[in-house]
Amino acid sequence: MALTRMTYSAAAGEALAAAMRADARVVAIGEDLGRGGVFGQYRSRAADGTLRALQQEFGSSRVIDTPISEANIMGAAVGMALAGLRPVVEMRVIDFALCGMDELVNQAAKNRYMFGGQGRVPLVARMPIGLWSASAAQHSQSLEAWFAHIPGLVVVCPATPQDNHGLLTAALNCGDPVAYLEHKELWGLEDEVDIGARIELGRARIAREGRDLTLVTWSRTLHESLSAAATLAGEGIEAEVIDLRTLWPWDRDAVLASCARTKRLLVAHEAVQAAGFGAEIAATVAEALGCPVRRLGAPRIPVGYAPTLESQARVGADRIAAAARAFLQR
Amino acid sequence: MARIRAFEDAAETASQGGVQVWGMEASAVPAKVRGPLHLSTGQEAVAAGVCINLRRDDLLTSTHRGHGHTLAKGADMAKMMCELYGRATGCNGGKGGSMHIADFSVGMLGANGVVAAGIPIATGAAQALKLQGRDSIVACFFGDGAINRGPFLEGLNWAQVYCLPVLFVCEDNRIAATTPTKSMTAGKGAAARARALGIEAREVDGNDVEAVDRAAGELVALVRTGTPVLLHAITYRIKGHVSVDPGAYRDADEVERARQDDPLLRVRALLASLGEASAAEAIDADVKREIAQALATAEAAPWPAAEAAFEDVISTGAGQWR
Repeated sequence: MALTRMTYSAAAGEALAAAMRADARVVAIGEDLGRGGVFGQYRSRAADGTLRALQQEFGSSRVIDTPISEANIMGAAVGMALAGLRPVVEMRVIDFALCGMDELVNQAAKNRYMFGGQGRVPLVARMPIGLWSASAAQHSQSLEAWFAHIPGLVVVCPATPQDNHGLLTAALNCGDPVAYLEHKELWGLEDEVDIGARIELGRARIAREGRDLTLVTWSRTLHESLSAAATLAGEGIEAEVIDLRTLWPWDRDAVLASCARTKRLLVAHEAVQAAGFGAEIAATVAEALGCPVRRLGAPRIPVGYAPTLESQARVGADRIAAAARAFLQR
Repeated sequence: MARIRAFEDAAETASQGGVQVWGMEASAVPAKVRGPLHLSTGQEAVAAGVCINLRRDDLLTSTHRGHGHTLAKGADMAKMMCELYGRATGCNGGKGGSMHIADFSVGMLGANGVVAAGIPIATGAAQALKLQGRDSIVACFFGDGAINRGPFLEGLNWAQVYCLPVLFVCEDNRIAATTPTKSMTAGKGAAARARALGIEAREVDGNDVEAVDRAAGELVALVRTGTPVLLHAITYRIKGHVSVDPGAYRDADEVERARQDDPLLRVRALLASLGEASAAEAIDADVKREIAQALATAEAAPWPAAEAAFEDVISTGAGQWR
């Protein structure tokens, strides 16, 4: 196992570059890709060790700069997929993907089914989510539950550099449309990555073992959850932290197995709590095991600009720890 | 054209009867074609005149009113009728119906329930063809209502920016659902909007199949050199928006004039004037046989198995639980 230290952003860049080298059908399409993507996530490491834009290696016909036309970017990707390509779609932030929702929800997600399996749409839509740098109401949303609700879509939320490498590789190979939701505050997160590791879609990861409650989370909230678990451990509460990694299909077996041991489930996510995906997990566990469940998500408010407002929408380690204590009545 | 007319007439007949809708009881005789059926009656010359200029390996995107495009592109009529009947042997396995009819085997990438949605898909398909070095083109049909949706601008701009081989065909039947398009469209329409982006555009009498054929032939040749073009074919929708809609909101005289200008009557008169009336009769006889066979095939075909409802959705972990 060869480990390489890289950021969450670079991990995705390396995974995409490897896929493009291996398969001429893989193309990337979106705004500002030529210079490496708006967050620099369309770059890979050159022989001299510097990061360079993928377009330099693969040319402008495979790393395609586009007009600001989200509907057409997503729709064109559907057409590309039907004509034999495997497009990676860049939406900049998930908030902008709403301009291409018909193309993703009514076209990409439905195509294989409604045409009776005549075609497949192997596209990966990268739609970064989350609070980031005081970006306020239209650049900060976490909308993963919307996509988990749509039959035909795979939904992936990587939380670590390793997973952003392995899950993007898996998404590129899965053959169906994938809503691939990276978190904007994780771009700079550095860690060791095994680029040979294969990660299966739909498999959760136990990020920390514990016996007192199961804490299911994903994306950036994983790190808040781990921080909360460390604090709780100092108080004698052992939380088992599960990084769900893929929201659809989600690893029900892993979550149920953990809850069967701990007898308590707390789900924590950055998305608005009301009708969030945590509700689906909580309901499933309650139905299957009858054990007590709790949810923790953002209040149902748009994300405000000022730090005092933005922080109201944050699901931080302190809130997670407090929710766990209240749950355990400690 | 005769095949399209006959197919849609038969489908319309089969759509009459019992579907429980808007609180009304279903009649004793259930409809055989149950879902929304958007007929292109009166518009057949556009589908035929354009598609005769396409190769089998050219691609096509269509609209909710897509039976004509599908037939003209070469799809099998019996499989199409099976699809309208919702049978397992339909071209979509009974999963799409009229509004989503598709036959990928002849390059027909799908009718579409969303106005203008085929436009971005067509541009992407053309971009893929170009990248793969294939010399096929994409024909993209849409209606006059579609030019007021954003994807029309996004798609035309896109096709022109990347010099893509797309023949945009605005099949202008002069009414968007139940609203006259003219009352809702600023400026001079589809061709003018295309020209504003530097795209060559031509207007044609969409009820004159010879004129459509001629224009499409010239434009397809241009598209094969690697440039998008637009054909604005002006026609008229003789029937309502959907088969249950009598279209009574329109001026009766206007509809009657359109009936007199029926493209099938025109082409029959043309054939007669050329001394080819017997050729038209032979076509009619063939079509009658083909329709009878398609209907019989559909009547006898099995329904999709219930399990099929869970097939052709995501492979990754799908079906583990519902």
